[in-house]
Amino acid sequence: MEWNTLLLKMTVIEAENISKRYIIDHIKGNAKGNTLREIVTDNVKNLFTKKNREEVSHEDFWALKDVSFKIEQGDRVGIIGSNGAGKSTLLKVLSRITEPTHGKINIKGRVASLLEVGTGFHPELSGRENIFLNGAILGMKRQDIKNQFDAIVDFAGVEQFLDTPVKRYSSGMYVRLGFAISAHLEPEILIVDEVLAVGDADFQRKCLGKMKDASTSGRTILFVSHNLTAVQGLCNKGMFMKKGQLIEMGETNQVLATYLSHVQKTALESWWLTPEDAPGNDKVRLKSIKLVPKFLDGQKHIDVRTKFKIQIEFWNMMEGANLNLSLHLNSLTGECIFNIGTASKSFEKGIITAECEIPDNYLNDGSYSISFMVVKDTSSAVFNFEEALIFEIEDYREGTSWYGKWPGYVRPKIDFPITQLELESVS
Amino acid sequence: MQETVIEAGRSEKYYWQDLWKFKELLFILALRDITVKYKQTFVGVAWAIFRPVLTVSVFVFAFDKVAKIENKSDIPLQIIIFTGVIFWNFFAMSFQQVSNSITGNANLVSKVYFPRLLMPISSVAVPLLDFLVGFAVMIPFLIYKGYPPTVHILFVPFFLLLSFFASFSLGVIFASLNVQYRDFQQIVPLIVQYGFFVCPIAYPIATIQELSWYPIYQWINPLAGIIEGFRWCLIPNYHYFQWDTIIPSVVFVTTTTILSVVFFRKKENSFVDYI
Repeated sequence: MEWNTLLLKMTVIEAENISKRYIIDHIKGNAKGNTLREIVTDNVKNLFTKKNREEVSHEDFWALKDVSFKIEQGDRVGIIGSNGAGKSTLLKVLSRITEPTHGKINIKGRVASLLEVGTGFHPELSGRENIFLNGAILGMKRQDIKNQFDAIVDFAGVEQFLDTPVKRYSSGMYVRLGFAISAHLEPEILIVDEVLAVGDADFQRKCLGKMKDASTSGRTILFVSHNLTAVQGLCNKGMFMKKGQLIEMGETNQVLATYLSHVQKTALESWWLTPEDAPGNDKVRLKSIKLVPKFLDGQKHIDVRTKFKIQIEFWNMMEGANLNLSLHLNSLTGECIFNIGTASKSFEKGIITAECEIPDNYLNDGSYSISFMVVKDTSSAVFNFEEALIFEIEDYREGTSWYGKWPGYVRPKIDFPITQLELESVS
Repeated sequence: MQETVIEAGRSEKYYWQDLWKFKELLFILALRDITVKYKQTFVGVAWAIFRPVLTVSVFVFAFDKVAKIENKSDIPLQIIIFTGVIFWNFFAMSFQQVSNSITGNANLVSKVYFPRLLMPISSVAVPLLDFLVGFAVMIPFLIYKGYPPTVHILFVPFFLLLSFFASFSLGVIFASLNVQYRDFQQIVPLIVQYGFFVCPIAYPIATIQELSWYPIYQWINPLAGIIEGFRWCLIPNYHYFQWDTIIPSVVFVTTTTILSVVFFRKKENSFVDYI
């Protein structure tokens, strides 16, 4: 017991001012890029034309900037932040895949990083061979793998297919085998990146359970996820990153609250003037997405009573395509509240618009995000606009003196009469 | 408990220790390459026998029977070609495998840490196995032709090591450059193709030894010395090889090996940013 508390105090990862810079080349004029040919031809051209290198401007992009933190043994740290906040770069630096531009990190203990499931699996090799290959890649000793072999096979449930090449595995089997191997690693520090994004709900639960087990045996876990519910359930510490900087580190709930308050600063509308800047691909690009509220007198914000429309406009660059939209309304912790779809129609090139109305007294207060997918021929996704708009619904209540958080994602006004049936004389 | 310090541009003190610690991974990667190469083939490793035998037959047909190149040595052209081809296959295949070892393992480079030098080293396993099989086929052939090997055969490992480091060092430089500029991937097959004709593989060195530019040739083609040394090990009374011709080879191999490893170490931390 004393030993345990002693261990808990020990700092296992100490990072001081780590920064990671990437250099992005912007090239003006004739120069185009930095393949060998381009470098050679540009330099040869420059010999004769006296154009100098000023035409190439280098822009520094700091994926991480002065990040310092300490992690103690046994901590389960959830790293959160929006896309491009530097979470994955941080994990890559910690697992020594890429080195920092500045700064220093001290790590005590054996690190295993799990940035994907089944790293280095070779499709031609059998399940058995891949267990040894993947184990060795993740830093397990041959003897350890031998000892754990039966447990791994059992956890993955692939006994029958041990000698089948993994290229013939179903994707579920493949992922299960990959995770089973990593779950039986016994490192002191485990670094996990979004592996839970794959697999079905049941499998995800199994993974989370296994990670919780690992942490109770004194292991330190660093976990990146967009699934805030998972972070909340698994981690005791949180790290909130934004644009390469560490904004806050501390108790999970505190950090989650800060994170949510940062992402909630949203507009009712996002639009793009030209397709070149807009999100999308060469087939469809988002022109605008907006909320049109029908405010009651004196209202300035959308609250639970407000009826509002969601209007989407997008550029379609495909000729004569059968398109429909599938819209997801998600809570900020990532759960889908509902999914609605339009009818599928044939469209020509140009701007397409779609609109739906969210009734009053429908959504509970909180933050929500809208993602939508343009679907072709009712079967294939053309592009998925994730978190195209994030908005907030404010609370409003009357006739109650209770002001705690109203639970649930919906707050419908359902008739719920309550009456007295009989009068009984109470003596 | 193991302690790691991560810092910018830190030339890790423990690099070579790390490399040693990961020796099991080296072994597994080598095994993977060998297994994968002969997976889903009917005759399996027997291909390692067929390939050199077929190559030698075709070259003997082309150079000896059709082109009838002048053989100024007292050794049958078949034997010159067989010994040359076995050597060249090893050199060329190692060079190609090593050059592609980093880009070919891109999924590992971007997802997990280990000393990157493991990849080029392990990629020599397949050529080495092929060489050993080819060698085992060649010896009975030499005996059958009346050229039983002498004690010189004990020097084979020395020349094998020289050719290993020659192909490895060149390959490592190409592998590092290949990460950023895939142009080098295009150059490698050309080098292998031209090298075959520039080096005394399918013709005896005696044919060019008489030419006026031979002294220059022997200095600028460090492989020629290794090939001749290799023949000297295998063919009895092979008097075309002088030990002093191996000096340029040893100098070349030592320099390129050191330079290539230094270059690789300098580049390896940035592989993941470009791959």
